[in-house]
Amino acid sequence: MNKKTTLALAGFFGLALSGIAGAADVHTRLISSTCMSCHGPGGKSLGAIPSIAGLDKDYFVKSMRDFKAGTRAATIMKRHASGYTDAEFEAMAAYFASLK
Amino acid sequence: MTHNMTLNRRDFLKITGVGAAAVLTGCATLPGASAARSHVVVVGAGFGGATCAKYLRQWGPNIDVTLIEPNDKFVSCPISNWVLGGLRSMDDITHGYDNLSRRGIKMVKDYVTGVDTAKRVVTTRGGATISYDRLVLSPGIEILTDTVRGFKEAEAAGKVVHAWKAGPQTALLRKQLEAMPDGGTFVMSVPTAPYRCPPGPYERACMVAHYFKQAKPRSKIILLDGNPDIASKKALFTDAWNTFYPGMIDYRPNNAPLAVDGNRMVVTTEFDEVKGDVLNVVPRQRAGEVCALAGARNDSAGNWCTVNLATFESTTVPNVHIIGDSILAALPKSGHMATNHAKVCASAIVELLAGRQPDPTPVIANTCYSATSDTTSGYVANVYRYEAGKGYVSQPEGGATPKGSELIFKYNASWAENIWAEMLG
Repeated sequence: MNKKTTLALAGFFGLALSGIAGAADVHTRLISSTCMSCHGPGGKSLGAIPSIAGLDKDYFVKSMRDFKAGTRAATIMKRHASGYTDAEFEAMAAYFASLK
Repeated sequence: MTHNMTLNRRDFLKITGVGAAAVLTGCATLPGASAARSHVVVVGAGFGGATCAKYLRQWGPNIDVTLIEPNDKFVSCPISNWVLGGLRSMDDITHGYDNLSRRGIKMVKDYVTGVDTAKRVVTTRGGATISYDRLVLSPGIEILTDTVRGFKEAEAAGKVVHAWKAGPQTALLRKQLEAMPDGGTFVMSVPTAPYRCPPGPYERACMVAHYFKQAKPRSKIILLDGNPDIASKKALFTDAWNTFYPGMIDYRPNNAPLAVDGNRMVVTTEFDEVKGDVLNVVPRQRAGEVCALAGARNDSAGNWCTVNLATFESTTVPNVHIIGDSILAALPKSGHMATNHAKVCASAIVELLAGRQPDPTPVIANTCYSATSDTTSGYVANVYRYEAGKGYVSQPEGGATPKGSELIFKYNASWAENIWAEMLG
């Protein structure tokens, strides 16, 4: 299925609004899940890599911005943080803050 | 199991092409409108398949998941070079599938021998016939043993291994290295790209060199590279070879092996006959066999699978998704990438089966560590953002570290424990 077809159908059934709202959620869910490949399931690390589950939302956003700007020392996090937008930092921060 | 719960492009066109009354009827049977369940079959329980099965269950409560895998346990390719170096044991890189069963994933220990993509049915060696709404193939690589003359015979005789699928060959190669006399020569070949784990061969050279340095310091390593240069993390490996193992590694680019003789213990290239005490020949590769059974090994040479990178659905076979090393894309073939293909694929399948639009702009990342000694590692890390018409676009500031460190080694070890828990936990 291509994007155009889906959007056409969603509009046809009057599902456009829920479709767009849903897309934002699945994007946050996806990008947050990719963090877990290094930081552990649910953001809980078993070892030297820091856990990110339950981190304060503002601290998470500031950390990612600082990694991106290069003002916080890091091994690989500048390379990762540089690939995401401020809006994505906010969304990921809210997601991980909600995990205990 | 209900096949009509799967909406594909054809279904959409069918529905949108008819009158309003029919549309209302169609609407009533839309997935999500009922609690009807769908069935996704995943083939291969490595980094890609195990992760995909886990997330399909987590994100798709109305999806039943069957995971077909011939092996009893998972043996990790990442960290398998550490076994060769004596840093880890086979037990350390071997993990069970028990937690996946506890998640409600139906584990089937079997080998897929047929895929009928018209009827949406897979058949197995054990005689099972399993229907699917969507099929995910994550078989990893098939090693093209015919591309190096004599390899099959030498492999069957237990004399030469590739050890490019972690398992018995990893243990055998370690034994061969242990049995090698001090002052012996280890010859390893690097396949021409694309191949699984681009930095893997060079990490393996580091790990074997580390072992030799401890146990057999007069020994040598000859690295016959089918590529024109070190294919990944060149600065990191060059620095490590010069710093930790000076004079031990003889690197020879543009030296693809043409033949191997396990009796004379010789690898033949276009230029030379190279004699060694332990030969580790890694032939070229292609997408796992099951991809061919599904008609999805569809690039021009028939070696790899082309997919829609926002959903990982085959570009030619509807309802069949391919993830991991088997796909053709401008992405590195790594276990870490396979877990992230799996997440994009699982997310897309959940949305498609529910009649919703998948994330049109997925973002994924690769993190790939390589050990350069028993206390140092380096990495390469990139974020890839999907753009329609372009595929995954590598974002700014990605790349490799030019020098390893002890802190990165600690993160390397922690990464392995975490990603194993993430995929199997």
